[in-house]
Amino acid sequence: MHETMVAESLLATISDQARKQNAKPLSAKISCGMLNAVNDEVLCFAFDAIAKGTSCEGIRLEIEHKLMQGQCKKCNERFDFKLNCPKCPKCDSEEFDLLPDAPLLLEQIEFEME
Amino acid sequence: MSKKIDVGKRILSANEQYALKNSQLLGEQKKLCVNIISSPGSGKTTILARTIRDVKDKIRIGVIEGDIQTDLDAERIRATEAPVVQIETGGSCHLSAAQVSGALEKLPVNELDLIFIENVGNLVCPSAFELGESGKIVVLSVAEGDDKPVKYPAIFAKSKVLLINKIDLLEVGAQVDFDVERVRTDARKLNKGIEIFPISAQTGEGMNRWYDWLVESVKDLQVD
Repeated sequence: MHETMVAESLLATISDQARKQNAKPLSAKISCGMLNAVNDEVLCFAFDAIAKGTSCEGIRLEIEHKLMQGQCKKCNERFDFKLNCPKCPKCDSEEFDLLPDAPLLLEQIEFEME
Repeated sequence: MSKKIDVGKRILSANEQYALKNSQLLGEQKKLCVNIISSPGSGKTTILARTIRDVKDKIRIGVIEGDIQTDLDAERIRATEAPVVQIETGGSCHLSAAQVSGALEKLPVNELDLIFIENVGNLVCPSAFELGESGKIVVLSVAEGDDKPVKYPAIFAKSKVLLINKIDLLEVGAQVDFDVERVRTDARKLNKGIEIFPISAQTGEGMNRWYDWLVESVKDLQVD
């Protein structure tokens, strides 16, 4: 449900960029880590609802989910962390550091060109 | 034809700015601030009320209460005589750093050692909003089931302490199927350093280790 707040921040930033570029936004790319707890369907629904009647009405959101990364303490391998198999895929070691989760980012906006 | 503009902006930066302001204020005054997160009904308020009564000779505690409606929880804290500020979110599923910033202004922060923030009962959304706290604490009561760290990994990955509450229900004869060891193992897969204290805020069992952790954390911060 917190996706509504995410959608509001997103709408404010995209609208602001649209004013600066003086162009109509078509789509936006977003990325987030697995701990951001963002559900694509809920976020798109919330965004569509609050964007009605604004310059952002009808734009497409592309959401990329990034897996958490582990780094093996033995062989230094970086790998996608999986909860059901928490070990280094290269050397099988269970001694690894979990790297910080990716933040919720607005990566890119695509605008219509005249 | 279209053109693409790289933005690279943190979407929740407005919240993060308030969180930074809160953490600076608390850091300057060397106050420990703990954000307590759990499902509704896991016993957050009972844990807080008992903790405040039991450690009041050692640490001075203030509370920020978050709820969707009512100030029932604030009343329970007020009965302990600790200063408390209630935030009614009016439907929002989590506390924001801006709300906490306003609440900190109403608390006598300079007369306290520790500020508890009791977040809205919800195991998902509050974990995504930094409040400027020193650390998060997750509460899981045994009636909720031992599969929660796997199902709701974010909050278990981000917390400094896991309190497994209502362990008195695990006594022989109670119909609760909950494997404490499974929770320990699953939580540590996500978070090696997490402290885990099985407690009963009702009977007081296990509470002393939690109190020791709080008193030590306050002390560590103050001598720093």
